[in-house]
Amino acid sequence: MTTRTAEKVLSFEEALAGFDPTMGLEVHVELNTVSKMFCGCATGFGAEPNTQVCPVCLGLPGAMPVVNEKAVESAIRIGLALNCRIASWCRFARKNYFYPDMPKNFQTSQYDEPIAFDGWMDVEVDGETVRVEIERAHMEEDTGKSLHVGGATGRIHGADHSLVDYNRAGIPLIEIVTKTIPGTREKAPLVAKAYVAQLRDLLLALGVSDVRMEQGSLRCDVNLSLAPAGSGQLGTRTETKNVNSLRSVERAVRYEIARQAALLQSGVPIVQETRHWHEDTGVTTSGREKSDAEDYRYFPEPDLVPVAPSTEWVDELRASLPEPPRERLARLQREWGFSDLEMRDTVGAGALVLVEETVAAGAAPGAARKWWLSELARRANERGAEVADLGVTPTDVARVQALVDEGRINDKLARQVFDGLLAGEGTPDEVVEGRGLAVVSDEGALSAAVDRAIADNPAVADKIRDGKVAAAGALIGAVMKELGGKADAGQVRELILAKLI
Amino acid sequence: MTELTRRTAAELAEALASGETTSVELTQSHLDRIADVDAAVHAFLHVDAEGALAAARASDERRASGPPASTLDGVPIAVKDVLATRGLPTTCGSRILEGWVPPYDATVVARLRAAGLPILGKTNMDEFAMGSSTEHSAYGPTHNPWDLDRIPGGSGGGSAAAVAAFEAPLAMGTDTGGSIRQPAAVTGTVGAKPTYGGVSRYGLVALANSLDQAGPVTRTVLDAALLHEVVGGHDLMDSTSIDQPLPAVVAAARQGATGDLSGMRIGVVTELTGEGYQPGVQQRFDESVQLLVDAGAEVVEVSCPTFVHALATYYLILPAEASSNLARFDAMRYGLRVLPEGIEAPSAEDVMRASRDRGFGDEVKRRIILGTYALSSGYYDAYYGQAQKVRTLVSRDFAAAFERVDVLLSPTAPTTAFRLGEKLDDPVAMYLNDLATIPANLAGVPGISVPSGLADEDGLPTGVQVLAPAMADDRVYRVGAALETLLTRRWGGPLLARAPELAPALRGASA
Repeated sequence: MTTRTAEKVLSFEEALAGFDPTMGLEVHVELNTVSKMFCGCATGFGAEPNTQVCPVCLGLPGAMPVVNEKAVESAIRIGLALNCRIASWCRFARKNYFYPDMPKNFQTSQYDEPIAFDGWMDVEVDGETVRVEIERAHMEEDTGKSLHVGGATGRIHGADHSLVDYNRAGIPLIEIVTKTIPGTREKAPLVAKAYVAQLRDLLLALGVSDVRMEQGSLRCDVNLSLAPAGSGQLGTRTETKNVNSLRSVERAVRYEIARQAALLQSGVPIVQETRHWHEDTGVTTSGREKSDAEDYRYFPEPDLVPVAPSTEWVDELRASLPEPPRERLARLQREWGFSDLEMRDTVGAGALVLVEETVAAGAAPGAARKWWLSELARRANERGAEVADLGVTPTDVARVQALVDEGRINDKLARQVFDGLLAGEGTPDEVVEGRGLAVVSDEGALSAAVDRAIADNPAVADKIRDGKVAAAGALIGAVMKELGGKADAGQVRELILAKLI
Repeated sequence: MTELTRRTAAELAEALASGETTSVELTQSHLDRIADVDAAVHAFLHVDAEGALAAARASDERRASGPPASTLDGVPIAVKDVLATRGLPTTCGSRILEGWVPPYDATVVARLRAAGLPILGKTNMDEFAMGSSTEHSAYGPTHNPWDLDRIPGGSGGGSAAAVAAFEAPLAMGTDTGGSIRQPAAVTGTVGAKPTYGGVSRYGLVALANSLDQAGPVTRTVLDAALLHEVVGGHDLMDSTSIDQPLPAVVAAARQGATGDLSGMRIGVVTELTGEGYQPGVQQRFDESVQLLVDAGAEVVEVSCPTFVHALATYYLILPAEASSNLARFDAMRYGLRVLPEGIEAPSAEDVMRASRDRGFGDEVKRRIILGTYALSSGYYDAYYGQAQKVRTLVSRDFAAAFERVDVLLSPTAPTTAFRLGEKLDDPVAMYLNDLATIPANLAGVPGISVPSGLADEDGLPTGVQVLAPAMADDRVYRVGAALETLLTRRWGGPLLARAPELAPALRGASA
């Protein structure tokens, strides 16, 4: 266990009473190109360590990079979808610093000549639109991944030795940087979350990334500063890294506001530094101090020629962009017949694409929304995970609903099917089979159970015979109990009424 | 047998084609020569007799059963130790890469192998190509075959000395600020730096990426052209390589060898002659100019005023790029690893620091510090940024000059070979050796150095360099070959015939 001194924090409300937050968000997106940014190596996730490497991505002496055209295409499409201007000529630059998981001890990135710049994205929060200005989107390569062995926490501190997997080294990344987002006040945490959620949906629609936050293919850094309320000033910012779920984005913003406010209120200045977000404890802790010590000595990468996308190519890519987010939302709401509130909840839960895919897999929109927003959202919340990351797919949900529609299971059994899916027991059909969840549709067995319930509850049966149909509930309950819930309540009710009236 | 090693690569190719000799025979004769004289010369860091003979056998079998893989199929070659060779150690003359065996071939090496040239071994060089004397090699200096107490030039002193000492008919060099041309000048050999992007840099361990260029090191201009054709041309693995057909360098060399330069306009660069040039060097240069006039060339004086800033510019750009290139040598993945003393559980950073401290020589450290400083925030504009602007001006001077003339001419190096150790403690004096060669690297234009004779005062070789516009490499071969023909005629044979015999008795005498 690492020992962390819990820092003093103000309540969120107190913090906002005294201070205005200003945010900036940096999102790193791993592209889903077949090969790496500067070499032909494969990019698949989860391969055996150091099996997707070559002289180039290992930075062996003499090896030279060659730009992946497909990655440039994806970068331009992202830039266009974020309403950015696309550079007609730009270069890669070397960002120099030493780190064992970086093969060349410099990262090939872009510095003052990003491929895309000056864009925006409109973010919906509680029915209100906040325009997030995009400063730039630039191309770079990912680093390798260090694995610290021997310590209790998997962190470098206390570890016995470290191993490095270079499979990730050289995977194309797009870094998307917002301008500072001022004036969001108490909505700051939600705006941050909504921005990342919408960006994720946009990237998914573009088909340029898997955007799996839990696998690190979408990573977020949160820059945050406070200034005295109403002062219109900019305070000293911290950069919080490792914010790797939508929920964490919201929590990290909230936490930093509360933490910085407590410091400022007691007269302690904020240190410009990198901080780390801890998903488990919900706090940030100090990393390295930034400031002057960090000099990356950027200069243009002499091994690469400039990237100069032609106007024709950019226009072609612009024409092939998917539907813009707002138009898409309006269309889906129309098609699904959702109310404004239902639509907002769906977006807010990060379930828009999930619902869309579930509908595409055959479920009714209402049913798709019901499962994702109630049942699955609750379970995600219990686990502190994103609903998209539960491991339940839209196809699964559509199949569960189909089983309900076919009368093979009821809603209550469906919940158990989800339990089974989450426990990794296979497909919905396999879970139903494995757990014996199918409702009793055998007329004889059902009829016998109903008969027994009537015989066991003569008083209730009499009431029903007297026309008090509402009393049937007690008998239905008895039948369900006997059959372990594995019956269709409507069917049971019909049987009871048929026998007694 | 000795006689084979005295022949040019073009003659050896003919002898192979006619069946007069075999690749095994001539590869073995060069290996023998290496065994005889390299203890004294120390041109090689690694000799691969087994690999060379295997390639020679394969070449002989190929010739026996069908067409050869190239004009030079079966002619052995030495390769500068800065080019990655699969299965063969590649040290760049540095401790930090001691024992590193690359898992891949540089593109030029792959092309040599594909063309059937047996690789005799890897040649000595200043550490990471930083130097003009080969004294900065971590494995000891190479000695100039003309006078073993003198430097063979650098950084490619090993390749030049190997060719001058008849240990190899051909060698590959690399030229960042003159590392092919200056060693050629001081060893009486030929060295060509192709147009930047004309020969792939993939697998060339970068000193300064925007300046580096690999090229031929030979005894004749025609040999250089033949080798240039084998290794040159576009390569998908090097983004900076030029996607155009290679200039017809072999044809140009043959045309030049007629000695006729009618219609050729030649410019003598004002800034690269006179003051600072050894009298004997200047004298041989002036005679060469006169010979070219006699051969029908029109010779004028051309001023390139910014060339006087080339050296300063170069010593900002080169260290900046080098400091970043050399960052990868951190003991994490390959090469030397030093565990720091007195630290119980050293961190990765501790190991990096100790390994780099022990693994790099002083000159390398000096340039890493210079480059790191030049790129630092707050200094970037004043140093690296400014240097890039001057670089543009140097290119403009070239462009303006090439509007008036077809090629430019200057002495290759300001002096003949100096004594080992003479300039080792004076980096600036060492840097001045590249005064005349650096502008071509800054502008990316091609150049060749050909022998111009022996300086009267010390009897040591001098060289003349010919420069041409980018992708007009053929012009330097034409003018170089013409000068070679005219001078050889005057001397009554090749200059190297006048080099002292290296006694085989020296074998094992020193290292």
